[in-house]
Amino acid sequence: MKSWLTTTDHKRIGLLYFWTAFGFFLIGGLEALIIRAQLVRPDGGLGVSAETFNQLFTMHGTTMVFLALMPLSAAFFNFIIPLQIGARDVAFPRLNAFSYWVFLLGGLFLNASFIAGPLFGADRLSVAPDAGWFGYANLTSRQFSPGPNVDFWLLGLQILGIASLAAGFNFVVTILNMRAPGMRMLRLPVFTWMTLVTQFLVITAFPVITVALVLLMFDRFFGTHFFLPAGGGDPILWQHLFWMFGHPEVYILILPAMGIVSEVLPTFSKKPLFGYTVVVYSGVVIAFLGWSVWSHHMFSTGLGPIADSVFAGTTMLIAIPTGVKIFNWIGTLWGGQIRFTTSLLFAVGFIAMFIIGGLSGVTHASAPSDLQQTDTYYVVAHIHYVLFGGTILGLFSGIYYWWPKMTGRFLSEGMGKVHFWLTLIGMNLAFFPMHFSGLLGMPRRIYTYPAELGVTRFNQLSTIGAFIIGIATLVFFWNLLRTRWRPSNAPANPWGGATLEWAIPSPPPVYNFTVIPTIASRLPLWQTERHGPMTPLPDRPPAPIHMPGGSWWPIITAFGLPIIAIGALAHLIPIVLAGAAVVIVGIYRWAFEPFEM
Amino acid sequence: MFAPRSDFSTELAGLFTNIFWWAVVVFVIVEMLLLIALARFRARPGAAHPKPVHGHTALEIGWTLAPALILVFIAVPTMRAIFATSGHAPEGALRVEVIGHQWWWEYRYPTLNISAYNELHLPVRTPIQVDMTSADVIHSFWVPRLGGKRDLIQGRTNRIAFRADSTGEYWGQCAEFCGASHANMRLRVFVESDSAFQRWVDQQRAAPATPAKGSPAEAGLQVFRRSACIGCHTIAGVAQGKVGPDLSHVGGRATIAGALFPNTTETLHRWITNAPSLKPGALMPPQNVSPQDLDALIAYLQSLK
Repeated sequence: MKSWLTTTDHKRIGLLYFWTAFGFFLIGGLEALIIRAQLVRPDGGLGVSAETFNQLFTMHGTTMVFLALMPLSAAFFNFIIPLQIGARDVAFPRLNAFSYWVFLLGGLFLNASFIAGPLFGADRLSVAPDAGWFGYANLTSRQFSPGPNVDFWLLGLQILGIASLAAGFNFVVTILNMRAPGMRMLRLPVFTWMTLVTQFLVITAFPVITVALVLLMFDRFFGTHFFLPAGGGDPILWQHLFWMFGHPEVYILILPAMGIVSEVLPTFSKKPLFGYTVVVYSGVVIAFLGWSVWSHHMFSTGLGPIADSVFAGTTMLIAIPTGVKIFNWIGTLWGGQIRFTTSLLFAVGFIAMFIIGGLSGVTHASAPSDLQQTDTYYVVAHIHYVLFGGTILGLFSGIYYWWPKMTGRFLSEGMGKVHFWLTLIGMNLAFFPMHFSGLLGMPRRIYTYPAELGVTRFNQLSTIGAFIIGIATLVFFWNLLRTRWRPSNAPANPWGGATLEWAIPSPPPVYNFTVIPTIASRLPLWQTERHGPMTPLPDRPPAPIHMPGGSWWPIITAFGLPIIAIGALAHLIPIVLAGAAVVIVGIYRWAFEPFEM
Repeated sequence: MFAPRSDFSTELAGLFTNIFWWAVVVFVIVEMLLLIALARFRARPGAAHPKPVHGHTALEIGWTLAPALILVFIAVPTMRAIFATSGHAPEGALRVEVIGHQWWWEYRYPTLNISAYNELHLPVRTPIQVDMTSADVIHSFWVPRLGGKRDLIQGRTNRIAFRADSTGEYWGQCAEFCGASHANMRLRVFVESDSAFQRWVDQQRAAPATPAKGSPAEAGLQVFRRSACIGCHTIAGVAQGKVGPDLSHVGGRATIAGALFPNTTETLHRWITNAPSLKPGALMPPQNVSPQDLDALIAYLQSLK
């Protein structure tokens, strides 16, 4: 127990990220199921109140983006990146532990809002965030949202932002500085490359939302008017800031999954990735373009025809590097010897489903066409084809691929295939009809709709699909759990992968590599035209390896942040100061801690 | 799918259809390639190790240029449509101001000097210039078959322009999340022939009906005068409340409560008795009126054609 609380081992932190994020994924999924159940009937549905429904969809979006998908990617960053680049750990192991604890506490803080009602003299299920995951001003002002709901949201997101930023800097430094000898930038595995690009997006995008949240906090706590038109402010400023973060955020969510797919396809078709450099560069191009498209979320706000044209154009450009990646993946499969493992099925599912999300994205890029679609279920369909059909299928592929490496135990392939097919059927049944609901006139974020709108059938299909996804996820959950009682018999390289993580035992020893390998090719474990596989590493370290010990200071420092947030929530300055003291003392002791034990 | 009934919506539907068919072509090609690859190259026992192909420059340039070319065919009509729908109606258009409230709609016809609430009446085949703003949070005006969406933002004026092609009743709804009863912020548009529209305008311009002496409506007027109603609602010559919609001609409307319910005795009854239970967050508190007074009040409201 103590060793887990104080751990600085990137592999343990990776597992902590995985299980925590998976827990939040289940919570977010449960929220989605209640939302879908409510919408199964028109005119009042199953009786979920408007207030509860608004909290559910706000928390569903916030949870899935910040507490499930990002940290599930982070689980792989933590576990896999040091192994792929031939390092013993990340650059800043204690900062890494700090990131995890801040993420966990931020997530708990946000979700505590569901039960915190009585503390504010309200019912349970009444003070959770309820202004949408996008929190548009001026609905979020004290005037229109007087309760603590929005405070929970803006404080929780600021805490989570600290976790993301700390991890972002950590992984940029790790990938740039900790590569094994010979691991040149264009020999990095694509997953590592996409992680690097993602972390650059994190460290540039999160400051933007942090600024926006700080301004919002000033509006709500100290009576400023940054976003309040009544006081000379501008609610559209919030939308610019939010989407300047929000669009790169979409790529923060999808690029790691693209990286996973770029690892899985070569392994299971026994062929190197087709057009490695183009796949890498197109990832970089997507990230750059991701900074120039944010206003396509705002076509209906009346930016004027010039701005609309520019953002429509830049948005369409994104289709080019994305299309290139898809063709390169198909090129990888072409001529290979494809083994239909669960991991490969999910990777192929990613390609097949992501195309649908990409193509509906082109209809959004066309600004006038988007006027009809924006804020309807058509957009809900689009984001779910991208973030479920894309990110989640990609992450599942990664879990089946790397689980033996992470735990030494195989997931059941049989249950995996049940999981895959149920997920694929469920997601299409859930999300495809939403295109029609939206085009027929159903806005998003409504707790009920009239029967005369003619979307009842489509909503019923969506609900059935959502529950099939729910069943699929339970199958997967059971598959994960049962590996605990399975023999730890995974070999070092069960799939015949080409990258460095497969050169060491499963699960890896605490020091990862007995000796740090020297890299001579992009596919160190494979025989290619010009390179043989690298020589196997010795079984035992030839010399003692010095590993860092645990530390209490990351978790103690992390605890200071929710204390500050609780103080702000309760408008009690002494508690804020106490939390700040914990952070300051924690960082001070951390800085002077002898880290060689 | 869209069944557009205005120049604006026809423009949008045409653009969507154009992109849709390009998307179908791309979708079929890519999914076919994927399926062929999966079927043809499944691992067979004893097969030789595949050739380690690292890429193919010409092919990769090709599949970079192909999507770029398709995008040109989408971008050009997009830019054209952006300017065509930028919201400027020709000279002589009928101007309507739309003001969003949590959670109802106010329409002003500045040239006709009348107002309407939740139900927008428009003459057919006449260019309409819609100017929009909000009294509180951001809302979005959307009538799927006629026009929108455009956001209503406090302190700003946004515009769209359209011309409805055929008469009829059109359904619409607020599209931007605006708080508790966002789902209940609905609207209707009645597109009418010129003569029917003129009749409606005349009706709105007329003073509200005065109930006959001794009628139930007359008793209802007295109830209205001594109840909380006057604090929030206007009835010309009776009360000047500004918080809720003007009720001078409420009896002539097809719906009540933000186009949420048909305007019947039964729904008025439920609405006045407990509005927040029908429309969460509604500012109108439950009214404690005796059954007798309530019937009279409803009779009065219904007389206000």
